[in-house]
Amino acid sequence: MKPMPNMSLEKVKMPEQAPDVRNKNFEEVALGYTKEQAIEEATRCLNCKNPLCRQGCPVNVPIPGFIEAVVAEDFEKAYEIITSENALPAICGRVCPQEKQCESKCVRGKKGEPVAIGRIERFVADYHMANAEAVTPDIKKNGKRVAVVGSGPSGITCAGELAKRGYEVTVFEALHKAGGVLSYGIPEFRLPKDLVAREIANVERMGVKIETNVVVGRSITIDELMSEEKYDAVFVGSGAGLPRFLRIPGENLLGVYSANEFLTRVNLMKGYKFPETPTPVKVGKKVAVVGAGNVAMDAARTAKRLGAEEVYIVYRRGEDEVPARAEEVHHAKEEGIIFKLLNNPVEIHGEDGWVKSIEVVKQELGEPDASGRRSPVPIEGSNYTIDVDTVVIAIGQSPNPLIRQTTPGLETQKWGGIIVDEATMKTSKDGVYAGGDTVTGAATVILAMGAGKTAAASIDEMLQAK
Amino acid sequence: MYKILAKETLNSAVELMEVEAPYTARACEPGQFVIIRVDEDGERVPLTIADYDREKNSVTIVYQVLGYSTTKLSKLNVGEYIADFVGPLGQPAPLKKMDRVVGVAGGVGAAPLYPQLRKLAEMGTKVDVIIGGRSAEFVLFADKFREFCDNVYITTDDGSLGIKGFGTTVLQEQIDKGVKYDECIAIGPLIMMKNVVKLTKQYDLHTMVSLNPIMIDGTGMCGGCRVVVGGETKFACVDGPDFDGFLVDFDSAMVRQGLFKEEEHQCKIGRG
Repeated sequence: MKPMPNMSLEKVKMPEQAPDVRNKNFEEVALGYTKEQAIEEATRCLNCKNPLCRQGCPVNVPIPGFIEAVVAEDFEKAYEIITSENALPAICGRVCPQEKQCESKCVRGKKGEPVAIGRIERFVADYHMANAEAVTPDIKKNGKRVAVVGSGPSGITCAGELAKRGYEVTVFEALHKAGGVLSYGIPEFRLPKDLVAREIANVERMGVKIETNVVVGRSITIDELMSEEKYDAVFVGSGAGLPRFLRIPGENLLGVYSANEFLTRVNLMKGYKFPETPTPVKVGKKVAVVGAGNVAMDAARTAKRLGAEEVYIVYRRGEDEVPARAEEVHHAKEEGIIFKLLNNPVEIHGEDGWVKSIEVVKQELGEPDASGRRSPVPIEGSNYTIDVDTVVIAIGQSPNPLIRQTTPGLETQKWGGIIVDEATMKTSKDGVYAGGDTVTGAATVILAMGAGKTAAASIDEMLQAK
Repeated sequence: MYKILAKETLNSAVELMEVEAPYTARACEPGQFVIIRVDEDGERVPLTIADYDREKNSVTIVYQVLGYSTTKLSKLNVGEYIADFVGPLGQPAPLKKMDRVVGVAGGVGAAPLYPQLRKLAEMGTKVDVIIGGRSAEFVLFADKFREFCDNVYITTDDGSLGIKGFGTTVLQEQIDKGVKYDECIAIGPLIMMKNVVKLTKQYDLHTMVSLNPIMIDGTGMCGGCRVVVGGETKFACVDGPDFDGFLVDFDSAMVRQGLFKEEEHQCKIGRG
């Protein structure tokens, strides 16, 4: 007989490092469910006949199926069910905005909290990594070759899906390390890098080859990949790597970083271990992070861990408009990050070339703007300065221009994004597909993965028809 | 891994390495650069391309043994490997056939200037070069430039070789003599390029300079290499590294160059 569902209105809490401990180290903040906690939470699932959660998942994971396997304590089966649709479960379980996707559709969420799908997924992936032998699947090759540009979430997913179908896939990565934003952008305390490396190794085990240190557009062009290297198709997942700046006076002072530079120094180059590692990162006593997205939260929490005494989030809109995940904002506040909302920077002041303070003007909320959010309106004469010695600009990234500059026939939006047919991810250029942030502008890991998956299916369809 | 095919000591501070790097060798053009990591966990270090051989799949880099990573690099020998070598990065220099061009090199700047002037000579441009160094030993590539330059002028700060003075001393002389140049290409320390531009501006002699600021990825991602050119912020790695010297804000570039002075010092003490 089936056990009665657990009718608790709340999720089983996930153990975390205490805020005043974790804001001084780079270890993972959330510690993950134990086996018992995972099973207890899994029993909250009602196993709906028409599972809405699955519709909320950009990669269509059979959610009730894997949760049922967890209840039955068959964790390997749960892992197989997840990975039938999602190649990077340990990553998704950690960084997906489940509250906007699967969990937002969960019927349990109508009264109380939804089932903690993300936490259970994370448990299953971690359990598999800790307990299962890595296996090399035996896949019959179909003799066709696909090149993938970029080894971030969209590229890795597309590569994995195609390898599964028998394609010979080579991923070209510009940096010295695979993973894209998973490696250079998201900090260790939110997504441990050895875990990223292991997820990528799983994809390599399927036969995907990763060539680092190749900048497509410079080292080789897309046209050359197709005409000289004889790839049958190309998927472009080159991300949104170009940092935006505020274009205010003082932005080139010493001590002003883009979030990309700040986080890359710390995550990719392990600057937090300087001088044990040779890449330095300078963080002063008082840091202002401009912006309030997930990247801004990452930068602020990183600055705190590097020893900054006061870290501010400076954001021109209000609390309701903050684009970061609620969980990230909550974690940041717990760790002592100070939120200066409705404050818009107008100038960064310096002394001897170094940042001294940031001048802001207070804002009030006006009518909704093009983004649907209430637009900030400056309150005249309300300027004041905050003393800081470091400023991190985290107001978004644009797609890297290299590919569009070097690929004739590839149509792009005015702002730089590659134009695709959303159903197939096909670009204006024959045989070339694209997905992820280079198409949408900076978005989420899971949406990029979804795009990579869709592209893989259409590349397969196109090449099978040939 | 990228194999070291040849290594040469050019003077007490500067070395040359020829490295097997097929992607870069196949695609690079004068003006572009590479980023290397000497070993696992190493820094990403931008270096200029001094030469390339498409048949041998090799790229020649010239570097000053200055900091932590270049010291480590200099310990490697022929037959050993560099962990990472990525390129070519940056825009190729915008070279076109002209009547006569003058190159001004300061110290190790002679290395990236060399392929640019050679290409101009191949296009049929008459080329003069002024090579400057602190003293005789720091004057680089004089013989290589002689292969295609009409005139090779040498200057040293201390007068130990050629003319005592700076590149600008000779350039001023040539201009005074009535030599007509269509363009000047100056590559060297920021202060030297700034002084060349100060001079050429007076004569409205179009001058290109090459910037080599602090950067990490070299693909436009970090924005660490931002420089002010014509009042606008540009990224040296994707918009440059070559810029119209008349438009470059050298003073702010010099300030930004000093970002990690303290740490560089600490790094050398800490790690020998």
